[in-house]
Amino acid sequence: MTTHNPPPRTAPPAPDAARPVLTVRDLNVVYRGDRTVHAVKDVSLTLHRGEILGLAGESGCGKSTLAYAVNRLHEWPAEVSSGTVTFHDRDGHDLDLLALRDEELRRFRWSKLSMVFQGAMNALNPVTTVRAQLEDVLTTHRPGMSKQQRRARCAEVLDLVGVEPGRMHSYPHELSGGMRQRVMIAMALLLDPQVMIMDEPTTALDVLVQRGILREILRLRDELGFAVVFITHDLPLLLELSDRIAVMLRGEIVEYDTAETLYRHPRHPYTRQLLESFPSLTGERGAFLRATGPASPPAAGPAPHDQARPAGSTR
Amino acid sequence: MRYYARKTGFYLVALWAAVTLNFFIPRMMPGNPVDILMAKLQQRGGTVGPSVRRSYELLLGADHSDSLAQQYLSYLNNLLHGDFGISVSAYPAKVSDVIGQSLPWTIALVGLATLISFVLGLTLGALVGWKRGSWLDSIIPGTTVLAAVPYFWLALILAALLSSTLNWFPLLGGYDVTYDIGWNWDFVSSAVQHGILPALTIVISSVGGWLLGMRNMMVSTAAEDYILTARAKGLRNRRVMIRYAARNAALPSVAGFATSLGFVVSGSVMTEQVFSYPGIGGRLLQAVENNDYALMQGIFLVITVAVLGANLLVDLLYGLIDPRTRAGN
Repeated sequence: MTTHNPPPRTAPPAPDAARPVLTVRDLNVVYRGDRTVHAVKDVSLTLHRGEILGLAGESGCGKSTLAYAVNRLHEWPAEVSSGTVTFHDRDGHDLDLLALRDEELRRFRWSKLSMVFQGAMNALNPVTTVRAQLEDVLTTHRPGMSKQQRRARCAEVLDLVGVEPGRMHSYPHELSGGMRQRVMIAMALLLDPQVMIMDEPTTALDVLVQRGILREILRLRDELGFAVVFITHDLPLLLELSDRIAVMLRGEIVEYDTAETLYRHPRHPYTRQLLESFPSLTGERGAFLRATGPASPPAAGPAPHDQARPAGSTR
Repeated sequence: MRYYARKTGFYLVALWAAVTLNFFIPRMMPGNPVDILMAKLQQRGGTVGPSVRRSYELLLGADHSDSLAQQYLSYLNNLLHGDFGISVSAYPAKVSDVIGQSLPWTIALVGLATLISFVLGLTLGALVGWKRGSWLDSIIPGTTVLAAVPYFWLALILAALLSSTLNWFPLLGGYDVTYDIGWNWDFVSSAVQHGILPALTIVISSVGGWLLGMRNMMVSTAAEDYILTARAKGLRNRRVMIRYAARNAALPSVAGFATSLGFVVSGSVMTEQVFSYPGIGGRLLQAVENNDYALMQGIFLVITVAVLGANLLVDLLYGLIDPRTRAGN
């Protein structure tokens, strides 16, 4: 069962919920090679202003490939074979992202849509200071800013994510994993973007640090009003965090609904399996699912789709 | 502080070991300088008697009445006083003077050529690696073939082509001998003119190694997450290539460059032989041919100090270009 557009009554009460900021229509991404791998199949999504959209699925299901396609970060052999990605700007203009020329695309990146990547360890250049890496965003996108203004802005965003601004003189290896990820989020905030794509931003961190960062993301979203695409394999986390959730399986979105509906009435068997595969402290959820689930015995452990995973689509 | 003390201590021990080897190795070589001088004297019709031999032995310090240990101690003592002895092959010049005259030529020629080759190789390598799969890839086999061709053959071909046939560059020597050595225009321009061809051969034969190494590092660096981040940040392609990719890809090459700087002094033997260049490589060959222990030892010592000094410099400076190595110091 593929539900691309949930009925309006289930729409979350997010600010500006009616106004989309990013629309993906029938997007297909393939990896060319001896055997062409169809990593993203006919995906349609709508991200509304200020909304947190969760993208869940196992490793290799194509969720990162989808996210990278939106910002056109793919290089050969990955290729968007069909579909459209439209960005609805604050000022009312629509941008056809797949049709942007190189220079337009470069200007679009980060200023309207920024990203936070998975590898907190490796997403920062190891040989230059955090300050240099924050500032080169500003020197490139805001050439009119003075040195003092740049400094002040960098300190401001670091302060926003709870990193002491003095740490901007550090090199990445001098920071802890959690702090590095906070720096990445600060960097993503620099240009006040309308959309932030977070690709497993907390996967490498322990649960306490993870919690702190998630709380930070929610707070910043409320303060600054950007929309978030949050990619993870951790469905329970998404249930707590997101307004709406899309569940991906082998390149397709198999279920797309509000977090509430998806939790209470999962329709696709894979969603049910994902929900069941996480232990519950009280056992309540498992009981709930068994009561409403199909007659089939509950599958324990990870979903049995590993064999069918398309090779080479780990991103 | 302990880090620097340990490093300095290590290099002092290495220096002592090198100096000691420097003493023993020439003495293990067959032949004797006195025999060679006697033979030369005989060829010119001089009288060769035991008294002549004795006086030569005393003159050259080839007198073996001292024990090896005593010789070693006086060798160390002389080194401390900057006294490398008298050169047999350039008799009666002092070894320190012979080295002092030839070393600047080598450093200028081979040093500059190595620097040019390094910069050129890194720049091309960064470009080729960044635009992997484009026509630029075809540079690699070309430069690799040039690096694989025996150097003397390449040098002779270039000399025959550019100098003998086309007459673009002078064939031999380091400068036009009709000018006085000094900082005057005639001499300097003549020295530059004489240096271009040998430098060209060095660059052509060595640029391939730098290029290939840099290109491969560039390709693996381009797959790093921070490059993806930099692209997503909307930075200009040039900036991503230089500040993010090349900056990281160059790190191993920089270490290699410092080592190759140490070998500038010794690496010039072939070049200077082909082009009759007045540098230290030619002197070394001359010293070996004439069993000139003193000159050999002096040159080896210069080479050793150059290699050790270059390595010490890299050790201390590497922390500047790669902050990760500073941790724990």
